[in-house]
Amino acid sequence: MISKDTTFLGYRRENGRVGVRNHVIILPVDDISNAACEAVANNIKGTMALPHPYGRLQFGADLELHFRTLIGTGSNPNVAAVVVIGIEPAWTKLVADAIAKTGKPVEGFSISRNGDHATIMNASKAAREMVQAASEKQREVCPISELWVSTKCGESDTTSGCGANPTVGNAFDKLYGLGTTLCFGETSELTGGEHLVAERCRTPKVREQFMALFNKYQAMIDRHKTSDLSDSQPTKGNIAGGLTTIEEKALGNIQKIGKKCMVDGVLDYAETPTGPGLWFMQSSSAAAEMVTLCAAAGYVVHLFPTGQGNIVGNPIVPVIKLCANPRTVRTMGEHVDVDTSGLLQREMNMDQAGDALLDMMLRTANGRLTAAEALGHREFVLTRLYESA
Amino acid sequence: MIHFVVHEDGDSVGTIVIEGVKSGDKLTGWVMEQDKMVTLPTISEIPIGHKIALQDLKKDDTVIKYGVDIGRAIAPIKAGEHLHVHNVKTKRW
Repeated sequence: MISKDTTFLGYRRENGRVGVRNHVIILPVDDISNAACEAVANNIKGTMALPHPYGRLQFGADLELHFRTLIGTGSNPNVAAVVVIGIEPAWTKLVADAIAKTGKPVEGFSISRNGDHATIMNASKAAREMVQAASEKQREVCPISELWVSTKCGESDTTSGCGANPTVGNAFDKLYGLGTTLCFGETSELTGGEHLVAERCRTPKVREQFMALFNKYQAMIDRHKTSDLSDSQPTKGNIAGGLTTIEEKALGNIQKIGKKCMVDGVLDYAETPTGPGLWFMQSSSAAAEMVTLCAAAGYVVHLFPTGQGNIVGNPIVPVIKLCANPRTVRTMGEHVDVDTSGLLQREMNMDQAGDALLDMMLRTANGRLTAAEALGHREFVLTRLYESA
Repeated sequence: MIHFVVHEDGDSVGTIVIEGVKSGDKLTGWVMEQDKMVTLPTISEIPIGHKIALQDLKKDDTVIKYGVDIGRAIAPIKAGEHLHVHNVKTKRW
């Protein structure tokens, strides 16, 4: 049973935050720097490139989000050190300098006037030194209050709402009182249950902020929709799993914030929370986008309930899967970290399921690889707000 | 053996939690919130995860799950029938 005295073994970083992984990442500022990043990661064992398709001719809020996501990813305490590579020096320096504020080792390299060859050579030298230094970093005993935990569900079905999602809710209820920093989001997937989230907001101001973000997302959907979204939200997978409407999906989704947690504040996309408690983050409901945003906000462990079997992972954050659908556990077991299918046959109760998830969360924080990590799932997907210039 | 679960009393639907449910099967359901058992015969083949109507619904009736509105019937639905996208639609978007 988890309590204030519960500890985990984490990596304490220069800025005091605690990570549960010790990655050295090779981070591209833009799409055309992916090749150099991948070459460096191939040269220097134990490092990891984070290729992505964006970073050119973005502007305004979309560009700010791009930078916030890259900087937040590099700043995440699961990351020991960062090599940043971009085509030109200004944006490369902007990203590298912002990550350097955490105090961790960072070096930026730009390809312009150097070419891939020289860039790869210079960046590889820096990456080799970083990974050797990081390999000496030791885990230390840290209180549970220093763990930042996010959640998002995916490829949900009706068993999510009565099995896997309330299991996360039970775990969140237990973590909430221990000073941890928690996060949920998936704005469009609260549709039909937004009043229930609003009722859980700690203050009228938080409620107002939540409803403003919710309504902004609804307005975006209304602006672009060509149908009632019944081909997209719920997804084809949700519908195959028995979910009929967005309202039904949302009510299942909301089970993840338990029965006791209050929503203490709201965050814009990839924004870092300023204190402990439960935070709502404006976010897409697409799995890889939402997990990437949580990682960029500084969360170090992710709880991911699924019904039909979403297989998503993240490059820097362990994504722990739990599932209550016995068919999914049978047919896709290699993706499932915690089997809660016993819930639906009353072979386990919700308290036991929550404890099993928390036990797996602590084992994972201590170093156990998740199914997604072992299978090599490293989906790094940047949220875009609109077209490039 | 539990064949379907119901979130709470008053819901119009239950969720099938076993594979292979056929028309005419006598099903046992668990109402989770009130922690009680109910029984209901099915009149459709219903896949695992899909919903069974617990009561007759008229066209345009509101469907309730978790004690909350999850959409409207677009056709009459009988107790024991498979309830899904062919006979229920969202009220949003």
